[in-house]
Amino acid sequence: MRALFDTKSNPALAWVGLAVIGLALLALPFALAAVGTAWVRITNLAILFVFLALGLNIVVGFAGLLDLGYIAFYAVGAYVYALLASPHFGLHLPFWVILPIGAAVACLFGALLGAPTLKLRGDYLAIVTLGFGEIIRIFLNNLSQPVNITNGPQGVTLIDPFRIGSLNFRDTETFLGLAFSGPIKYYYFLLAVLLVIIVINLRLQDSRIGRAWEAIREDEVAARAMGINTRNMKLLAFAMGASFGGIAGGMFSAMQGFISPESFILLESIMVLAMVVLGGMGNVWGVIVGALLLSFAPEVLRYTVEPVQQALFGRMLVEPEVIRMLLFGFALVLMMLFRPAGLLPSATRKRELETPGAAANGR
Amino acid sequence: MSAPAALPQVDAGTLLAGRGINKRFGGVQALSEVNFAIRRGEIYGLIGPNGAGKTSLFNVLTGIYTPDSGTFVFAGAPLDGLKPNEVAHRGIARTFQNIRLFANLTALENVMIGRHVRTRAGVFGAMLRNPATVAEERAIEQRAFELLEYVGVGRRANDLARFLPYGDQRRLEIARALATDPKLLALDEPAAGMNATETGSLKGLLERIRSDGTTILLIEHDMKLVMSVCDRVLVLDYGKKIAEGTAGAVQEDPAVISAYLGGDVALNLKGAA
Amino acid sequence: MDIFIQQMINGVTLGSVYAIVALGYTMVYGIIQLINFAHGEVVMIGAMVAYSVIVALVGAGTPLPPLLIVLAGALVAIPVCMAVGFTLERVAYRPLRRAPRLAPLITAIGLSIILQHLAMIVWSRNPLPYPQIVKTVSYHVTGNPNGATITNVQIAILVVSVAMMAGLMALVYKTRLGIAMRATAQNQAVAGLMGIDINKVIALTFVIAGALGSVAGVMVGSYYGIAHYQMGFLLGLKAFSAAVLGGIGNLAGAMLGGLLLGIIEALGAGYVGDLTNLCHFADWSDALARRCAVDPNVVLFGSNYQDVFAFIVLILVLVFRPSGLLGERVSDRA
Repeated sequence: MRALFDTKSNPALAWVGLAVIGLALLALPFALAAVGTAWVRITNLAILFVFLALGLNIVVGFAGLLDLGYIAFYAVGAYVYALLASPHFGLHLPFWVILPIGAAVACLFGALLGAPTLKLRGDYLAIVTLGFGEIIRIFLNNLSQPVNITNGPQGVTLIDPFRIGSLNFRDTETFLGLAFSGPIKYYYFLLAVLLVIIVINLRLQDSRIGRAWEAIREDEVAARAMGINTRNMKLLAFAMGASFGGIAGGMFSAMQGFISPESFILLESIMVLAMVVLGGMGNVWGVIVGALLLSFAPEVLRYTVEPVQQALFGRMLVEPEVIRMLLFGFALVLMMLFRPAGLLPSATRKRELETPGAAANGR
Repeated sequence: MSAPAALPQVDAGTLLAGRGINKRFGGVQALSEVNFAIRRGEIYGLIGPNGAGKTSLFNVLTGIYTPDSGTFVFAGAPLDGLKPNEVAHRGIARTFQNIRLFANLTALENVMIGRHVRTRAGVFGAMLRNPATVAEERAIEQRAFELLEYVGVGRRANDLARFLPYGDQRRLEIARALATDPKLLALDEPAAGMNATETGSLKGLLERIRSDGTTILLIEHDMKLVMSVCDRVLVLDYGKKIAEGTAGAVQEDPAVISAYLGGDVALNLKGAA
Repeated sequence: MDIFIQQMINGVTLGSVYAIVALGYTMVYGIIQLINFAHGEVVMIGAMVAYSVIVALVGAGTPLPPLLIVLAGALVAIPVCMAVGFTLERVAYRPLRRAPRLAPLITAIGLSIILQHLAMIVWSRNPLPYPQIVKTVSYHVTGNPNGATITNVQIAILVVSVAMMAGLMALVYKTRLGIAMRATAQNQAVAGLMGIDINKVIALTFVIAGALGSVAGVMVGSYYGIAHYQMGFLLGLKAFSAAVLGGIGNLAGAMLGGLLLGIIEALGAGYVGDLTNLCHFADWSDALARRCAVDPNVVLFGSNYQDVFAFIVLILVLVFRPSGLLGERVSDRA
């Protein structure tokens, strides 16, 4: 599959393939809109989860640090945007100012939350990061007294959409005979950002920094002996991963127009971790696949489970949401038992599972 | 021959001096008032029976543990309180008794990671791939290949470290340490598990490293190798220094002989490798 | 002073429950270095099963004294939870014993989710009210007629907890099985070589943990009067914090950690509002003084932050004293 897109070995085929995919992606929202406008929104949310999964992949996949509280950075980014672009404080800064601020704040939080965890073993690291994630959610839920910062459980509403000059991302505009609804505009923006993020991830992986993370993951003592500042590298992983979450959070705020602490519960952290692990920890493409699968699955379920149950039992025995969670839980268990490297294992993971004979055969 | 408690002779030619190194682990005094001096450009052996404190000295030197008292002075500057990565930055690179390669990375990648401490590209360089970063990456890969050839595992560059034969793994670890451009290369039992032929070519490699300007500190149990390749030797026993001097002088030192054999048996190990 | 005593009583009661659940976590971690994420759910199942039994017996008008009805609930819950624990180990943890740490952790999370949602299906997603069949009797502790009291339910919880802790200590330190468990915890390979059936010992550990958890579940359900399919998560997390606080793998540590955490939470919830009431500093700022004239409680961190205490304790312990108060007891796994 990889060979299909290798621009060096077969340029013609590769470029044609990429062009086809590019056109499909560009046309996608209109196809989805024809099926139902909600699907564009669902796709946008899925892309946001791809951002999150890619960000967490830096922490878990590249550097090998188990983070169970990642959604906190999404929350930070979302609230930074909400507080700077809504009637809550009366501020209405433009999105291209707020998104970098959100990323920076999330980055800072990433370093802050990572700092105490640097010496912890895997399990403990997981629990502490989980704790941090919950602490942030509880604070967001309660910072309405004595000074109202986050508006507590009611959340922040009437968040500004993106605006470029007179172009408002919430409204629908017609251009060249096509209707560009709000979600469709966001889609293109997200797609562009996604491309940038993918490139950044791939470049990071294949760089001096990426190698340092790999070294830390393989053997931290040896890495340190070779001069790698493991403390700074780990903090860097946390910070970078967090910044992706922050950007995604800002976009989430703008798209939804409303946020509350309910969107940032532990389950979401687990979801993102599952996307990374099930998709293929450390493999950028695997993580993307994992994220898309786990984002679209509940929607697909919703459309199939209800009619099936009606047909079989005449009524809804179990709600789609519950079935989705059960399937999710089973997926986690079964994947770990039978395919722990994920759907698209990373190169290193594949090597971990290789046997000497296979290596000699040049596989 | 130096008496055990005398301070080593330190002058401009000294690369690394240890003065009064003490380290206790729980109830065990692993190192006790250890003094030594390694001169630039020599191969300096560190020997002693098992449990003598050799690897402890390495660990204390490279910052994994802090000595209870005493200092190391390296290239004129003290090493007090430095962390392992800072020690590597200063120019001391080590290998490990039990081989600590990055098992699931290729030999080439292992050595490339060794270049980390002497290169600079950071996050922005990685993301932007500016000309300077690209050039640096190319240089890193090039140097890694060179080092693999230098130690003799060039043809294994793309094999996973954990699939390399044992002898090649040890060489790879040396290549990785050399990638950090060390002034002092500290090797912990590089010949362990090697047969006579492999040890012979290891000896050649060590001599080549010395003649190319890197000082070597070598823990070894293989006495033939030690006596034939080391210029001077430090002998530890129960954490204390019992002798320091040329290989020849040390092997006739009665204290050394009794430490190894517990009697006054004359050892005859004229060192042909 | 009475407030303090009352909070202490509440704290010790809560702490005893944490201690029992913490024992489950610490036993499993001590023996296979795995955080059994699903243990909280086992506690929840204990509470739910007992709930069903109690409701059924009460509904059928059984002429048994209320205490016996609760006991019957517990007696049914215990084997159910033991079975759940056994199944978890057999199906999900044993195959992954040699896998890198991440795999059993993810599996545990998955199991936790499965158990929660199965419980939701079987018992409903709404909180279930425990029938209050045992008449709550309060006993005054101090001379003050409006002062601190301790209820019979609280006394029962304390007694049962102490009995279980004593029983477990006796099991682990005075029986052959206990020696086998301790040996397996210290060095699995060698214990196996000495003729100990590792699989059986590990399975038994999970089973015992399940039993402990089920009793804890019944206690929580009776004490708070409700059971909910999500009650296991937070309780489990706090109990795990308690286990770490005392020293993971260390039984006495789990008990001490549980008690301490309960006390910290109770005292914290009781006093943190008071301690962070900014009106104490009303003279520092006019705006503050004006606000306090209207509302005497300008509280920075109220008792709604109660759940945060456990997390903060956990983080502080792991950062400053990772081996816990009484020292951890885990084998040397690379």
